Amino acid sequence: MQWAHIVRLRLRSLLGRTKVEQELDEELRYHLERQIEENLSAGMNPREAREEALRSFEGWDQRKEECRDMRGWNVVDNTLQDLRFAMRQLRKTPGFTVTAILTLTLGMCSSVAIFAFVDAALLKPLPYRDSSRLVGVYETIESCPLCNLSYFDYLDWKKQNTVFRSLDAYTGNGMMLKTPDGPKRAQAAEVSDGFFRTLGVLPLIGRDFLPGEDRPGAPHTVLLSYATWMNRYGGKSDVLGHAVTLNEQPYVVIGVLRQDFQFAPEATPEFWTPLNSAGSCEQRRSCHNLYGIARLKDGVSVGAARAEVAVIARRLERQYPDSNRGQGGDVSPLSEVIVGSVRPILLVLLAGAVLLLLISCVNIASLLLVRSESRRRELAVRSALGASAGRLVIQFVTEGLVLVAAGSALGLASADWVMHLLTKLIPADMLASMPYLAGFGLNFRVMAFAGSVALLAAGLFSLIPASRLPAMKMSAGLAEGSRGSAGNAWRRLGSKLVMVELATAVVLLVGAGLLGKSFYLLLQVNLGLRPDHLATIMVSAPNAGYDKDELAIALQRQVVSRVGSLPGVESVGLVSQLPVSHNGNTTWFRVLGRPYHGEHNEVPQRDVSSTYFATLGAKLLHGRYFNENEDQSKPHVAMINSAMAKKYFPNEEPLGKQLAHISTNPAPMEIVGVIEDIREGQLDSTTPPVLYVPFNQDPDRYFSMVIRTSQAEESVIRAATATLRQINPDIVASGGAPMSERINDSPSAYVHRSSAWLVGGFAGVALLLSVIGLYGVIAYSVSQRSREIGIRMALGAQRSAVYGLVLKEGGRLALIGIVTGLACSVAGATLIRKLLFGTPPWDLPTLAAVAGVLSIAALLASYIPARRAASVNPVEALQVE
Amino acid sequence: LSKPTDLVQGTLDLLILKVVALEPMHGWAIAQRIRNISGDVLQVGQGALYPSLHKLEQNGWMKSEWAVSENNRRAKYYTLTAAGRKALEQESAQWERLAAAISLVVRAV
Repeated sequence: MQWAHIVRLRLRSLLGRTKVEQELDEELRYHLERQIEENLSAGMNPREAREEALRSFEGWDQRKEECRDMRGWNVVDNTLQDLRFAMRQLRKTPGFTVTAILTLTLGMCSSVAIFAFVDAALLKPLPYRDSSRLVGVYETIESCPLCNLSYFDYLDWKKQNTVFRSLDAYTGNGMMLKTPDGPKRAQAAEVSDGFFRTLGVLPLIGRDFLPGEDRPGAPHTVLLSYATWMNRYGGKSDVLGHAVTLNEQPYVVIGVLRQDFQFAPEATPEFWTPLNSAGSCEQRRSCHNLYGIARLKDGVSVGAARAEVAVIARRLERQYPDSNRGQGGDVSPLSEVIVGSVRPILLVLLAGAVLLLLISCVNIASLLLVRSESRRRELAVRSALGASAGRLVIQFVTEGLVLVAAGSALGLASADWVMHLLTKLIPADMLASMPYLAGFGLNFRVMAFAGSVALLAAGLFSLIPASRLPAMKMSAGLAEGSRGSAGNAWRRLGSKLVMVELATAVVLLVGAGLLGKSFYLLLQVNLGLRPDHLATIMVSAPNAGYDKDELAIALQRQVVSRVGSLPGVESVGLVSQLPVSHNGNTTWFRVLGRPYHGEHNEVPQRDVSSTYFATLGAKLLHGRYFNENEDQSKPHVAMINSAMAKKYFPNEEPLGKQLAHISTNPAPMEIVGVIEDIREGQLDSTTPPVLYVPFNQDPDRYFSMVIRTSQAEESVIRAATATLRQINPDIVASGGAPMSERINDSPSAYVHRSSAWLVGGFAGVALLLSVIGLYGVIAYSVSQRSREIGIRMALGAQRSAVYGLVLKEGGRLALIGIVTGLACSVAGATLIRKLLFGTPPWDLPTLAAVAGVLSIAALLASYIPARRAASVNPVEALQVE
Repeated sequence: LSKPTDLVQGTLDLLILKVVALEPMHGWAIAQRIRNISGDVLQVGQGALYPSLHKLEQNGWMKSEWAVSENNRRAKYYTLTAAGRKALEQESAQWERLAAAISLVVRAV
């Protein structure tokens, strides 16, 4: 009740202004009249009585003002007045206002947009129940620290561990989906029965896999992703029980996953099937094709789980030395598995954006300083007319708030736009592997970030000019043409700000330079192939008709000859795995004729057709290529890359040496050729030793095709796809792309390119802002010293001396800024060492180039004011004062 | 304590509350009443009176209404609210304590 009453009163004071004002007047007037009456009865004449009464009020309007103060109107009144005044002041200097707002918009936009990515990837928890308890489980070997599990090892770990509440396995898989338009390749994932229970997610409709549904002989069931349900089944609820043919096997739809379900390690599978434990790989302990995911028991730390997994791995190593020698185990938080690879790049980008924000704020702060200096006289007048210091400070705060409000609003709007632009720039494949970016945008955390940035900026922009107030002697401000100590003090503060700006710009430029150089070097790496005019297609043939080796070989020959005779095609080659993808698909081998103690010499193996290397444009170092007639009826042969020759045959002739697989086919293979290293893995990874064997001696229904063409790659891809369909309509061709595009879109190239461009953009803006800042300081300084310069010239100083005077001032600031910046950037670049490729953090050419660019820019920024100073007419300069 | 401006801070509020507690009163009457009761010692000038009245009303301790005064003119009459009554009790007790303490000191020295 009490509160309601007070609120009513306050509202009345605010809204019923005229009425309250009238009442106040009437109330006081009543008092005045009573006083006059009293004075009259005391014997004064009417005029005396009235004057005496008025005098006793000690100022009629002050009384009213005091009453208004008591009612709390003035706060609102003054604020509105300040606001109007601030707007008027800002409008009066549109150049300053627009520059300040745009600068803040820029800083705000970049930092908020990058923060939104950081939030989506690193801050937002994964969308699973109690996701911090989920871990990825891996087997480790020397050459592969986080590697897949084999099925039998997975079963043993599941049985023997005491740290996991549950342990499950998953693996990605391309499956052939039967559709009315013929078979299509569809992304699928195989999971063990408890996979979704471990994650803690439930299907939207239908049921989860039942325990035991991943065992041999269990009925074939499939869960659909929400997108598949919508796109392929129109979102109909009768989809449950529907039959789907995958890899020529019938499956029954038992459920649909929720729309917001995502599992980044497997990108976006359309179909989720139980693990095929009867598969050929699942029958061998040495075949690693599964990833483990586990939920930790309560109170068990990642470290404890890691220790136990290592113990079990050692036990299995003793028990199965043939397959498990040298194999350990490791556990890593699921969040690390999913976003560990993007974390460093995002943090670098965030650091870049924050530095840019810093530079923008410093720039605006120094603009505000110049402004407050040029307003000294105005402030002095207002102060002399009775404005309290507090009122002047509030005026600065209001102006700061107006600037920040405008800048933040524009910044947020543009950040929203930039975010959507940036997601569109990410290649679709890569976006699919980052489902956590779905639905990212201006959420609560991002708004909170933007809010704190705005608050900090508002504080900075109001405090910096306000802090100059005490230094402004009001009387001095009024004195005509005064050049008090305030001007010098400001120059010192302004100079410091400019040095900070220049140093920050150096850091960003060096960062951009190093990242750009890394990207350039990355594109210059020797791929061991000619990527131009090279088309690639992945081919999967159905089991029916191609389930025998001879049939697969026949298909291979048919494909090479038919596609090879297409117009514009120069040659065609086949390979089990395209270059610039990964260093996986490994095999174990030993060198015959050398002592063997069960070591695991593990190298990637590629099955290639006889025409493959010539089509790629790879360089044969020794020996010969495979012959087309080298099939299983002929002695087995192999080719190796030069890394393998160096590692396993140092100071030896590899040609003629015999190798043998350890686990699968132990037939001896003679090395017939050495090829220069072809980049099988990502651009930034070193090429390991690689073993090449003839496709015809290890044929498969799945392979990739490389086509050397004299025409545009796209038209050849279209023609080749049509040819494959003519050969057999059930053959699926997918992922057709020019090799150069494949390289450009490969994750390592993409990451390096995007970080180089983004940081480069930040650095460019930073350079511009800091040079403008330097120009501002020097120009202001020149304007302050024009009289001094005039005197010097009157006394005989040459124009060159004036140039020297001004350039020296700019040069000193630039030098300190650049040197500080270089020191900081070497330290900063050491932090991003992992993102650099082929260049050390202290790369001298980059540092020198940055120093050079900034020096020239600083020279230009000082030259303009210097010229103005040198063209000062001494007579005029002295008269102006 | 000859002039109200010398009054201990907050004491004027106490005097106003005390006087208004007797009956609804307008500003002029409040000043007169304080003067009369204090035997012409405490003369409350309007400079202090009206801001104080407005503050007390804004605090919710008093409410006001317009009524016809003893000389047949409209005047703003102030009345104590329940909260004002409570505040008056507290302020009085506070004053008693303060006055007693001061007189103790004054007598002892």
